[in-house]
Amino acid sequence: MTVSAGQVLALLGPNGAGKTTTIRMLTAVLKPTRGTALVAGYDVVRQPDQVRGSVGVLTENHGLYLRSSGAEYLDFFGDLYGIPAPRRRRRIGELLERFGMAEAAPRRIGEYSKGMRQKLAIIRAMLHDPPVLLLDEPTSAMDPQSAKLVRDAIVDLRTDRRAVIICTHNLAEAEMLADTIAIIRKGRIIASGPPESLKDQLLGPALMELRLAGPSNGLAESIADLVTVLESGDGWLRYSARRPQETNPRLLNRLGRSDVPVLTLTEVPRSLESVYLRAVEEDER
Amino acid sequence: MAVFTLPRPSLSRALVITRREIRDGLRDWRIIAPILVLTLFFPALMNFTAARLMAFVTDYGAPVIGDRLIPFLLMIVGFFPTSVSLVIALESFVGEKERHSLEPLLSSPLTDLQLYIGKTIAASLPPLVAAYLGIVVYLTGLYIALRWVPTFQLLLQIVLLTTVQATVMVSGAVVISTQTTSVRAANLLASFIIVPMALLVQGESVVMFWARYDVLWVIIIGLVFVNVVLVRMGARLFNREELLGHELDEINLRAAWRVVRREFVGDAAGSPVRWYRREIPRALGRLRWPVAMMVLAVAAGFGLGVRYAAVFQLPPSLIDFRISAAGLREQLEQFGLFSVSGAGRVFFQNVRAVLIAAALGTFTIGVLGIVVLMLPMALVGYFMGQMSLAGLDPLLFFTAFILPHGLLEVPAVILVGAATIRLGASLLAPPPGKTVGDGWLTALADWLKVFLGLVLPLLVGAAFLEVYVTPNVLIALLGR
Repeated sequence: MTVSAGQVLALLGPNGAGKTTTIRMLTAVLKPTRGTALVAGYDVVRQPDQVRGSVGVLTENHGLYLRSSGAEYLDFFGDLYGIPAPRRRRRIGELLERFGMAEAAPRRIGEYSKGMRQKLAIIRAMLHDPPVLLLDEPTSAMDPQSAKLVRDAIVDLRTDRRAVIICTHNLAEAEMLADTIAIIRKGRIIASGPPESLKDQLLGPALMELRLAGPSNGLAESIADLVTVLESGDGWLRYSARRPQETNPRLLNRLGRSDVPVLTLTEVPRSLESVYLRAVEEDER
Repeated sequence: MAVFTLPRPSLSRALVITRREIRDGLRDWRIIAPILVLTLFFPALMNFTAARLMAFVTDYGAPVIGDRLIPFLLMIVGFFPTSVSLVIALESFVGEKERHSLEPLLSSPLTDLQLYIGKTIAASLPPLVAAYLGIVVYLTGLYIALRWVPTFQLLLQIVLLTTVQATVMVSGAVVISTQTTSVRAANLLASFIIVPMALLVQGESVVMFWARYDVLWVIIIGLVFVNVVLVRMGARLFNREELLGHELDEINLRAAWRVVRREFVGDAAGSPVRWYRREIPRALGRLRWPVAMMVLAVAAGFGLGVRYAAVFQLPPSLIDFRISAAGLREQLEQFGLFSVSGAGRVFFQNVRAVLIAAALGTFTIGVLGIVVLMLPMALVGYFMGQMSLAGLDPLLFFTAFILPHGLLEVPAVILVGAATIRLGASLLAPPPGKTVGDGWLTALADWLKVFLGLVLPLLVGAAFLEVYVTPNVLIALLGR
């Protein structure tokens, strides 16, 4: 599996699947029992110090120093990452401003709310402007406004040509942010790919719903040569379309010619949750 | 533009950790309050005590007690604040682990050594500064009240002693902190530091009242050695993976037994002959250096015995071999020689000594194990020295009393001593890729291989030789 610069990979999986372990291996804190991993071109086993210098990591438990102020905390980590003092101050100021934390910076972290602590931990991860970002549950414990702020920041990071890996249980967030989704179970990737391709792969072809302004008597039989009707009712029917961009215009053309009063033709939404549950279910079998 | 730079390995990076830890510690009243009390109040109290006691003992004509008390209190004033370092050091890694703040630190580009050094300095520095300040407060008070000034040598000794004691406690506590998964477990294990330190301070107290200040140099040098060992141990055992990976401190006897069994049996399952041909040589191969150390230790023990023969010389009347062969045999029979039960007693005595040496060696990185096993050779050296001083042939004594059973017993002692050194040293430096526990269990398996496969048979043979052959040689050579 490769995550290129400018891409976001979301790791999904049940508790204990190995998401955090993967993050720890990619930060060269844990050694893989087998296999290899390169982070920013560095081998996690042979070049652990370079790997750790190249990643920004938001850990599952961000564990902040509660007696320090936010500014002191960031300054400490900036110093650890070898950022020269003037540049460090500038960078800290920028990030605090971006995350709406500038006013809180001189206060003790012990006085921060959960969301503020989470934001501070994310700032810490981004502080040294790493080419690779590993974010374990980046928006957990955040109010909707703060969560949106973080999501926007992640989108910005992608455009900054960074590789980003997110572990999350928030499937909507994963779908919103990720170019690629990997579902992990018991330490193995059981499904991976772009969200749409995963849906096709695990849930089958797109499901279309046709609603009519009148009864649909005999319609299913008359379009059977074009699409596979799965279910139908009074004034509606659903069919699967492997290539809807080709099938749908042809179907609408035929219905128009036959004076069938079409009300709507829409794709039945398929959630990432269904994909996830199907992947886990199939793996269990 | 990317801000990212890859930090170069250096001490300054470790000091970033130190600075933060010290700043954080100075905001913790649980650390500040005892330091302040021990730095300001306690030395002042000791001043008061010294002044009152000086007046009291002078009134009763025993000024020597006061003369000895003042340096003793100087030592105590230096020692007490350093005890705080133990608390800070015990918390250093495991405390952060409990508060979940360790992982971001471990994910930073610091090397293991930088992290270890940064934390160790942070734990040592504030209590040491407090100790030095306490000494200054105490000496200033003494000068004002009694015009007492220590000699430069005594002051140097106390400052050095305080420093090495603090660093020994910190080095040991950091090792504990990296190997436990909770502060509670670390505090429990701290008794491995507190008990020896308490004994040491008691010993130092005797030295101070005895006024044998030259002995302090020996203690300082000994502590420097212990410090080097502990720092090396800490740096070697420090492992990010272990720190994050272990969630529970639990005794899993079944798993431990599996490791010992696997290592003990090796490739020779069900075949004692193959076990002797493959596993014993492998174990001996791993004991090359410990065997060399043991040979040197035994030789040193022998040399010490010879040296002290002149210091503690026996009265010539005790060294009298003018006895008839029959009389000698009768005396030897009274000791239980020439009997199977005598052989049994000798055998069990030797096994007991070996087991005691192994147990002591395990808890002292092999040191006390070596000392126990050196003692018999020291006694041999001592008695050979006595023979020489009495104008007798020491080799005659050696041949008559030692040689027959010594041919088996000395190799047995060297082998078991070497295995014990490895057992103790495995805690100091586990083999690459193994945890401390697994490294120790592997060394234990080797110890068992050597003990069961070689030492026990050698000791059985030695016991029979000692009971049936050595006495006959003795009678033949010395009986009239």
